[in-house]
Amino acid sequence: MTLTPPAEVDLLADDVETDLRASVRKVLDKHAPPDRLNGLYDGTDDVSGPLWSAFVELGLPGLLVPESLGGAGASAREAGAVLEEIGRAAAPSPYLTSSVVATTVLVALGDETILPSLASGEQTAALLVRPTARQHGAAALTTVGLPADVLLLPEGDALYAVRGATVTPVGSLDMTRPLATVDLDGAERMLVAEDASAAIDAGLLMGAGLLAAEQVGVARWALETTIGYLKERRQFGRVVGGFQALKHRLADLYAEVEQADAAARYAAATLATGDADAPIAVAVAAAFCSEAAVHAAEEAIQLHGGIGMTWEHPAHLHLKRAKADALLLGSAEAHRAALAVLVDLPAPS
Amino acid sequence: MDETELRSRVSALLQEHPPESTERLDFLHARFDAGLAWVHFPEGLGGLGLPRGRQPIVEKAFYQAGAPDNDPRRIGIGLGMAAPTILAFGTEEQKQRYLRPLWCGEEVWCQLFSEPGAGSDLAGLSSRAMLDGDTWIVNGQKVWTSSAHIADRAIMIARTDPDQPKHAGLSYFILDMHDPGVEVRPLRQITGEAEFNEVFLTDARIPDSDRLGEVGEGWKVANATLSNERVAIGGGAFPREFGMVMNVAETWRTRPELRTPETHERLLRGWIDTEVARITATRLRQKLAAGVPGPEGSAMKLSFARINQQLSALEVDLLADDGLRYESWEMRRPTRVDFFGKDAGYRYLRAKGNSIEGGTSEVLRNVVSERILGLPTEHRVDKDVPWKDLPR
Repeated sequence: MTLTPPAEVDLLADDVETDLRASVRKVLDKHAPPDRLNGLYDGTDDVSGPLWSAFVELGLPGLLVPESLGGAGASAREAGAVLEEIGRAAAPSPYLTSSVVATTVLVALGDETILPSLASGEQTAALLVRPTARQHGAAALTTVGLPADVLLLPEGDALYAVRGATVTPVGSLDMTRPLATVDLDGAERMLVAEDASAAIDAGLLMGAGLLAAEQVGVARWALETTIGYLKERRQFGRVVGGFQALKHRLADLYAEVEQADAAARYAAATLATGDADAPIAVAVAAAFCSEAAVHAAEEAIQLHGGIGMTWEHPAHLHLKRAKADALLLGSAEAHRAALAVLVDLPAPS
Repeated sequence: MDETELRSRVSALLQEHPPESTERLDFLHARFDAGLAWVHFPEGLGGLGLPRGRQPIVEKAFYQAGAPDNDPRRIGIGLGMAAPTILAFGTEEQKQRYLRPLWCGEEVWCQLFSEPGAGSDLAGLSSRAMLDGDTWIVNGQKVWTSSAHIADRAIMIARTDPDQPKHAGLSYFILDMHDPGVEVRPLRQITGEAEFNEVFLTDARIPDSDRLGEVGEGWKVANATLSNERVAIGGGAFPREFGMVMNVAETWRTRPELRTPETHERLLRGWIDTEVARITATRLRQKLAAGVPGPEGSAMKLSFARINQQLSALEVDLLADDGLRYESWEMRRPTRVDFFGKDAGYRYLRAKGNSIEGGTSEVLRNVVSERILGLPTEHRVDKDVPWKDLPR
């Protein structure tokens, strides 16, 4: 077996991406500021609806949909930039589940009936998968206040579009992306494709690859917020950021976050061009960024000291998001196992 | 000068001096004089004043024509550290005198910076240079000097004014390694071999014309040298599965009987870390090419040190019984670092130096946290005190 050669891709942001990132951040600052996100845990969600409307206004739901179906025909690079900003804000949004995973599945199948409504953002869809599995299962990912309008149900190799199922939200570790159980009794189902297995794989690959960008966003927020705090917090008559024990932890974390950023960009770039290296790039980015985001969020809690343990400080939102993201669409361990096969480093028999 | 003109210049040189019928040194001289040695250097000094990015065109063309090269790995310190420093701070005479034999490999260079009492605190060094007429007399001891035993010249910093605070009392010199006051002894390290040397300076003589930069400006000049070192470490291009992971992956694939669940996880983590380092280095190179200053260089070195140490330790563990082999403890003096073609134990031991040489990981974490993250600097009680009054 010869090793797949790496793709030669541009890893720097271009103007389009920089502008997009700025618009998305502005919208998130306005509609999903940290002090409103605790409401998601306390049962009052005044964020998801207005935020989605603002995303729709920017045309974000249709980024990955071809122009002929009302989308923007953009690539994984731009969708990755959106997700990184979502992660930075730990914002509730069906963007990953509907505009990335479900959309990629439907684009791969050449669907023309459901996609236009996803592109315009009038409807959202969710692929019915177990949250931690890279294969299909029985639970759906939704967002509080915005239950998916269409559920994509894999059965054998086929894929059905389900409407009218009973979706019951369950209490979740991360309430910014809560889970739900789905009861299909009495729901209306329509065949989308007889053989959808390759399309579902493509959707899950895109999802795992771009989730890495979201994780980079979570990690960057944690790093930057912690640096900012340690420059202000005084104990023993000095700024605590001057203590070497803390400086060194932040230096290591900085290196880790920069690397996670590079890995996620590489994954998005290979997904954008459909490069043969995409499966390896995604496995690498997913395994690395999952752990980097959790590490960054955990460091943020510890280095903030007492304030980091409070309900009031947003660090907990990012820790919960990071931990849930680390299991979503395959754990780091599962991605390492997938990589082992791709690069011919088989597990012991 | 566009790419076509550059190529035709290379062709012209190859026609005038066919590699198969030209002496190696004659060819290198001609290449230097044609401005095709390092194209980003100025005209008359081996270059053409072109962007650094054009150099690979020239290298490739000469390589394809079977032309001799200047054995860059043998003269790495000269090319990577001495030359850019001489170019930036040298007088016209110094540039004319030193750059040509340096590039052609006629004069090998080494670097005399570290001392037994000045490692991380380099600016605290105590080798003393005193002016006698127009000659500097140098006394002191340098350490961790690679290539000193084959070197003809050295770049060196020494203390010229002990009454100044430590950074202000240094000057930068070019030392003739054949001076009778220079003694080189091998420094044996934990691998058994002596890659480095100790250099003892006893009344070594340096003409004032071989001072680089002003008296008291040695720290500024040394920083230029060291920043070139960091560019060299951080900006490489790497293939997939490069460095330490290569051997471990090879062993894993060819010896299934050694595989265990724990070593599998360590291998996959190491493979991923190596691949992520490759991508990060690629991005750093793209940033440098686009003129965006990339602060990742110091952070890259931190990562490389950790990856090398983890994977070389894994290799010993994975090999089990064979991991305990060590072919020879014989004292050798290699002229270049070669991690491969040796036992896993060698790599395990040698990699311990990766977090010490060229800036310890602890110092680099200070550099990253202070210069990139903007956190407060360490307390420096010795900063403004005359060097001679510092406790030692």
